[in-house]
Amino acid sequence: MMSDRRSSQDDDCSSLLSRLGSDSPRPRMKYGGMFCSVEGAFENKTLNFESFSPQTQRRRAARTRSDGNDGGAAGGRGEGQTMVFSSGHARENFGKREGDRLIIKGGKVVNDDQSFYADVYVEDGIIKQIGENLIVPSGVKTVDAYGQLVIPGGVDANTSLLAPQKGMNPTDDFYNGTRAALSGGTTTIIDHVLVEPGTSLLTAFDQWKETAEQRACCDFSLHLDITRWHDGLYEELESLIKDKGVNSFLFFMAYKDKYQSSDSQLYEAFGILRDLGAIAQVHAENGDIIDEEQKKLLCLGITGPEGHVLSHPEEVETEAVYRAITIAKQANCPLYVTKVMSKSAADVIAKARKKGIVVYGEPITASLATDGSHYWSKDWATAAAFVMSPPLNPDPSTPQYLISLLACGDLQVTSSAQASFSTAQKAVGKDDFTLIPEGTNGIEERMSVVWDRAVSTGKMDENEFVAVTSTNAAKLFNIYPRKGRIAVGSDADIVVWNPKETRTVSAETHNLTVEVNIFEGLEFRGVATVVICGGRVVFEDGKLNANEGTGRFVARKSFPDTVYKRIRARSKMAEARGVPRGNYDGPVHDVIGMTNSVPPTPTTRGPSCPKSLIAPRNLHRSGFTLSGAQVDDHIPRRSTQRIVAPPGGKSNITSLS
Amino acid sequence: MSGYQGKKNIPRITSDRLLIKGGKIVNDDQSFCADIYMEDGVIKQIGENLIVPGGVKTIDAHGRMLLPGGLDVHTRFQMPDRGMTSADDFYQGTKAALAGGTTMIIDHVIPEPGVSLISAFEQWREWADSKSCCDYSLHVDITEWHKGIQEEMEALVKDHGVNSFLVYLAYKDVFQLTDAQVYEVFSVIRDLGAIAQVHAENGDIVAEEQRRILEQGISGPEGHVLSRPEEVEAEAVNRSVTVANQTNCPLYITKVMSKSAADVIAQARKKGTVVYGEPITASLGTDGSHYWSKNWAKAAAYVTSPPLSPDPTTPDYLNSLLSCGDLQVTGSAHCPFNTAQRAVGKDDFSLIPEGVNGTEERMSIIWDKCVVTGKMDENQFVAVTSTNAAKIFNLYPRKGRIAVGSDADLVLWDPDITKIISAKSHNSTVEYNIFEGTEVRGGPLVVISQGKIVLEEGTLHTTEGSGRFMARKPFPDYVYKRIKARSRLAELRGVPRGLYDGPVCEVSVTPKTLTPSTSAKTSPAKQPNQPVRNLHQSGFSLSGAQADDNIPRRNTQRIVAPPGGRANITSLG
Repeated sequence: MMSDRRSSQDDDCSSLLSRLGSDSPRPRMKYGGMFCSVEGAFENKTLNFESFSPQTQRRRAARTRSDGNDGGAAGGRGEGQTMVFSSGHARENFGKREGDRLIIKGGKVVNDDQSFYADVYVEDGIIKQIGENLIVPSGVKTVDAYGQLVIPGGVDANTSLLAPQKGMNPTDDFYNGTRAALSGGTTTIIDHVLVEPGTSLLTAFDQWKETAEQRACCDFSLHLDITRWHDGLYEELESLIKDKGVNSFLFFMAYKDKYQSSDSQLYEAFGILRDLGAIAQVHAENGDIIDEEQKKLLCLGITGPEGHVLSHPEEVETEAVYRAITIAKQANCPLYVTKVMSKSAADVIAKARKKGIVVYGEPITASLATDGSHYWSKDWATAAAFVMSPPLNPDPSTPQYLISLLACGDLQVTSSAQASFSTAQKAVGKDDFTLIPEGTNGIEERMSVVWDRAVSTGKMDENEFVAVTSTNAAKLFNIYPRKGRIAVGSDADIVVWNPKETRTVSAETHNLTVEVNIFEGLEFRGVATVVICGGRVVFEDGKLNANEGTGRFVARKSFPDTVYKRIRARSKMAEARGVPRGNYDGPVHDVIGMTNSVPPTPTTRGPSCPKSLIAPRNLHRSGFTLSGAQVDDHIPRRSTQRIVAPPGGKSNITSLS
Repeated sequence: MSGYQGKKNIPRITSDRLLIKGGKIVNDDQSFCADIYMEDGVIKQIGENLIVPGGVKTIDAHGRMLLPGGLDVHTRFQMPDRGMTSADDFYQGTKAALAGGTTMIIDHVIPEPGVSLISAFEQWREWADSKSCCDYSLHVDITEWHKGIQEEMEALVKDHGVNSFLVYLAYKDVFQLTDAQVYEVFSVIRDLGAIAQVHAENGDIVAEEQRRILEQGISGPEGHVLSRPEEVEAEAVNRSVTVANQTNCPLYITKVMSKSAADVIAQARKKGTVVYGEPITASLGTDGSHYWSKNWAKAAAYVTSPPLSPDPTTPDYLNSLLSCGDLQVTGSAHCPFNTAQRAVGKDDFSLIPEGVNGTEERMSIIWDKCVVTGKMDENQFVAVTSTNAAKIFNLYPRKGRIAVGSDADLVLWDPDITKIISAKSHNSTVEYNIFEGTEVRGGPLVVISQGKIVLEEGTLHTTEGSGRFMARKPFPDYVYKRIKARSRLAELRGVPRGLYDGPVCEVSVTPKTLTPSTSAKTSPAKQPNQPVRNLHQSGFSLSGAQADDNIPRRNTQRIVAPPGGRANITSLG
């Protein structure tokens, strides 16, 4: 059987160039081939990077020299889902991933759709073969996974490892943060680039990317947080989406007078993001109410961390989620709600999904594992460690509820919202809770938390576990199937997961530098025993072996299929049509004192962004918004003009039947 | 029962004695058969075999129902809108109301931004006192927000008998308030014991949608409903419920026009929020499919905000919620414009003046849609047409109930009468009736306002200017009992902790990243950037907080030896 495949592959090599990028159908393998565990399970889910990579030639040559055993990859080429990476950009660092050849033996491979027993062979940071009785070169390192699960490395879709708060940088930067991530089984993070108002998006992006490339130990990608929306951002957005590999942008509905966007700004921005094929994310809290509540609480003399949760009540989160969904629905833009912290916010998302709105919800490690009762802790440092926005809910049944929604698919993605600040940093707000930098840990514990709370309790199975910890995020943010799947051609980000082992979380043993762990003392079943990142074993026997700067930037293309197929169809449907009527030729009321009654007040809800009141028409804008409308539209023009003899003669359309 | 507030406003009413015999008195709690004797505009006796002076005019009810006169909580008679005035003034409007069995209206005072609330209020009083044919009261709309407004609100509540204020979440750049302003308004309203009303639509989205739709070349009235989709209303209702919850302020949503908005209210009530919803005649009686009418004048006649929902099952749904108590009050939002006035917006739907008729049809439509169909009984009918409104706005039991001492505002109701609504026969001045051709069962046979017969045998006998202003006291029991209890409970307590004595991080780059941007969401024209502390403010909000609170102070100071010695509270236990 194998020899058949070998010979067909040799033929391929000769005619390789002529077949580049082609999608010629090939007959499926018969049952009994190398994929005997599950017939045909891989071929049609395998992507073929080779045919698109600029380094195809060189790498293929190298491979034929070293061995010819990558039949799996070759077999998959024909029928593989085509996944086109932007030319070389995503893969520019690819060549440096040398060496490690690994075979993971005896484990149960778990993807989001099915599980099966197979060995996995990894080379050059890519999964090359999956199956039983693989033919691999000698001297390959073997990872023993007997009795354990082999799952795709976790994708943590929300971290803030560099974003400064109130002038302070998080204690755990890209190095410490990604190390912790790896030790917990997460092999890809998507960090938030916080663009301070007034800073260029591209500059901030470049700064983040540079820092992360120097420091990160695992692959990373970047979301951009837009803190001040104005029309001028369009070009930067376009360039980020088309050239830089960013397809998600976060807007704040909280942090009044600092980062908060108004509803009009959200609407405008959502429309543009939809046109460019990106995903809108929101930090959903009503900043206006929070601001007032904070003033009130400080007035009452409440200055401790409990003031934080009291000033951020659950309804405020729910309200903002509801509003964001309304705006997204209007703008027909996919929405991703970060940090779902309360039952009612999750309910709003679930309901909106039932109505067909394209919205995704992301609960985080903290909201899935612990609750907000700790804000009332007598120990200031403990209480302050829990400070984050939206806050943890004081209702102790919240984690269970969120886990249930996660299990049934109403929420889709888990992340950590990792942003840790040391106690000394938090203590800046010791006399005023509004000054406490916000953020909790969770990057390391995420996978274990989900396993313990969801899989051990029987709420979800191992496949759903993979879906919520990696696959869904990878699909949404368009890095699937490179990440979030164990398939031939995918990145070799693999975790060997032991569902029986337990570990107790403590600040003493965790890999972060922060002194307080909000999960202190909690015991979780399910532990990563071996973590392979980019084809290298980075965690084994409890020892981390991560190298600073080995992480690569993962570019993400616009228009992710999972999200945009529906959006596109709706865009086509959504055209509103007017009613053709004759000219109205009845009397028109004379309006007197018009200008007096409606003074054109300056816009009251939008922050005074650098936009003149009469915006010059920007021809690069999509035809969608604004252009054509004038600020004085609400003042009737030609108000005293009467059409006495309309062109085309009078038609009697005003008769009252 | 002579202690009613507002009695001083009663002009001389010529002694008018009236006896109604053999009626079935319907209140919101029960129905019973009794005679009623009234004198001087007040019900003096109820019972059988009453002893009354001789020569009293007697009406024989022949067993028909006697209801408390309707209370229309939402009218906008002769409302100025962009240089025009709504077609029905207080005379024509109240006449139409009486013809339909409504004996009291509450109109909205809408001060243009920049105009003082009190002077606007006086203006409305003047108009209404000279023209109104039935008793009236006034809501005041808050169209801008600054400290002066707060003082005026206080004066209105304490001296002028106003206990309800409306804020707009729509009409961007004209009347719209921000969430922060709404929060402040609600806090003030709660402290004053008034009721917060909301025109609930997300003005930001509406403004953007209007632009988009005009850009697409849709300029007809259908653009109005396309630019104000149902979600936009539901969103704003949800938001105002949230703000009201936070401020512990009673909330009243005017003009509930869509299923989803009604659902939001129903759900909030299930969670315990003190919120009331007011569907209007139009939303209970018709739907928004007419916006697509080929006849421009007809389509334009339906323009109101929030718009009628194009979903034809909406009226039925709202009637059901009204019957089960999820919605409580019915208004009419009567504010029609004639076709020539509407035609100002013939090339741009956003210029069409907004408002529909409904004050005359309100009682009959609800009877027809709810009581005839068996969704509610006659008592519930009384509740939603008068009693609930009277309770919420603190007019009860003077209005909204047939009892000794109550005002003699009565309707002799004939459940069997049928009538076809038409612009030809209605009492409004506009050429179009949005219920044109609708046949309704149930209507008033005799209407008595202030003890006088104003409608009899199909003829109206109204007197211009006979309506009295009804002052309303703050803290209506029906609403505020719960609010007061919650205020007591809601006291927040901090956690007593020792002083934190651990290390404090030194912040170096603070001033650069936190440039205190000028308060971006408040209108710079109306508010100075550095708010002056106003000592008249309630102790509740703002005071103490400074505009630069977000900038850490004393950020490089460390407490090394705190007073009272060190406490070891930072250990991570």
